Amino acid sequence: MRAHFRWMLGTGFFILFFSVWAFFTLGGYVSPTFLASPVTMVQEAILLFTEFNFSQDIAMTIWRVLAGFILATLVGVPLGIAMGAHKGVEAFLEPFVSFCRYLPASAFIPLLILWAGIGELQKVLLIFIGSVFQIVLMVAVCVGVGAARRDLVEAAYTLGASPSGTVNRVLIPGAAPEIAEILRLVLGWAWTYVIVAELIGSSSGIGHMITNSQALLNTGQIIFGIIVIGLIGLVSDFAFKALNRRLFAWSSL
Amino acid sequence: MSSKLSIRGVSRVFTSSKGQQTHGLTPVDFEVHENDFVTILGPSGCGKSTLLRIVAGLDQPTTGQVLLGGAPVQGPGADRGMVFQSYTLFPWLTIEQNIRFGLRERLMSATEQKERSDYFINKVGLRGFEQHFPKQLSGGMQQRTGIARALANDPKMLLMDEPFGALDNQSRVLMQELLLGIWEAERKTVMFVTHDIDEAIFMDNHVAVFSARPGRIKTEVAVDLLHPRHYTIKTSPEFMALKARLTEEIRTESLAADMH
Repeated sequence: MRAHFRWMLGTGFFILFFSVWAFFTLGGYVSPTFLASPVTMVQEAILLFTEFNFSQDIAMTIWRVLAGFILATLVGVPLGIAMGAHKGVEAFLEPFVSFCRYLPASAFIPLLILWAGIGELQKVLLIFIGSVFQIVLMVAVCVGVGAARRDLVEAAYTLGASPSGTVNRVLIPGAAPEIAEILRLVLGWAWTYVIVAELIGSSSGIGHMITNSQALLNTGQIIFGIIVIGLIGLVSDFAFKALNRRLFAWSSL
Repeated sequence: MSSKLSIRGVSRVFTSSKGQQTHGLTPVDFEVHENDFVTILGPSGCGKSTLLRIVAGLDQPTTGQVLLGGAPVQGPGADRGMVFQSYTLFPWLTIEQNIRFGLRERLMSATEQKERSDYFINKVGLRGFEQHFPKQLSGGMQQRTGIARALANDPKMLLMDEPFGALDNQSRVLMQELLLGIWEAERKTVMFVTHDIDEAIFMDNHVAVFSARPGRIKTEVAVDLLHPRHYTIKTSPEFMALKARLTEEIRTESLAADMH
């Protein structure tokens, strides 16, 4: 009953949001040049799918996000674990990674275009740069031995575990749910980078469609593009959460 | 009786980040014999846990050394099983997986692991809870898992750091009986740290009374109550006499600790 009520409140706000939007646009309080009405948006959306092959754009964008994000995960998670588990590795890498974390990924676009052209690689690399340093630092912090985990490490040692055994059988499984949460968070950020990447020098993707629609002053398409990004984000977030809860049932006991 | 564990001139000085030195242990000499059950009894903060941690290899002595079966202790190892006050079960492993942790580390075959864990699960009365996660069990059951996990590894001796300190009184008494029963059957060498006088007398054969910080062994008292012991022994005159004596010893030390 409580969960049901929460769900109703959550959808309630969406309904309120659309009502206010519909009221101002359909009521004629806002010029359609600046803000399309929900009805226009739906018409434009149908047009996008039937005439402009928008599903292809969506697929491209999802592919880019996943490629960049998976690449960043493959590099960032092992590095973060190494930093969290070994003081020496941490001392060696931490200052540089912290420095890189504050570099705005979008500022790399000109360089990336120079190095990698305006093809797929450039977009994937931008997402990679935007995600990997965040992953490294956050994973390093959560793997790092806090008071509670120090007890577990000591227990493992008294049970005959080797130093590498404590990393593989205590530090990594203990931090796994937090690492999964970090990845869920960073995936959300990766979505913002992909749109930035597609706004410049791109011929496909949701971001590209939005830039095109801007040139044509088609606010209905722009809004629909934004909503699609939000929806995909919401769905992937739910899926990620459900997966984490399944994989790490013990952590929510 | 041969001497299993020799603690020779072990002291521990803690140095704070500002360079201030605190004496945790003044040189301690102590022997634990094969198959003995020894308690280190003392007021809180007296350094008794520090001594146990040094024996476990989790802490390094400032001076002196610990010999186990004649060989110096270099670091933690599977030959000294430890049971901690805070349970320290791995929350992502089931009860059975927790008990098998050390066996898996030794690359024991799966069937043998299963056999050993089943034996100790029965021993500590956790049958039916093998597939539960630690958080789904009460404190007493978690600590029984901790004991089974340490015993399954077949260590040369068992080190216990106030293992029942976090339990309510009823569970604590039951756990003492359980542990005593296991000891009477298996005769593992046990070194048990506690501040509970009843607990010490009920289970052990020797009590080493620790002084207030900096810790040293003030007196050693033999507890020659016959095994197997029944809980009714706690009201016997011999028990009462020992309790009165130890209470007096501890009281002086607690008062001394308060003065600091």
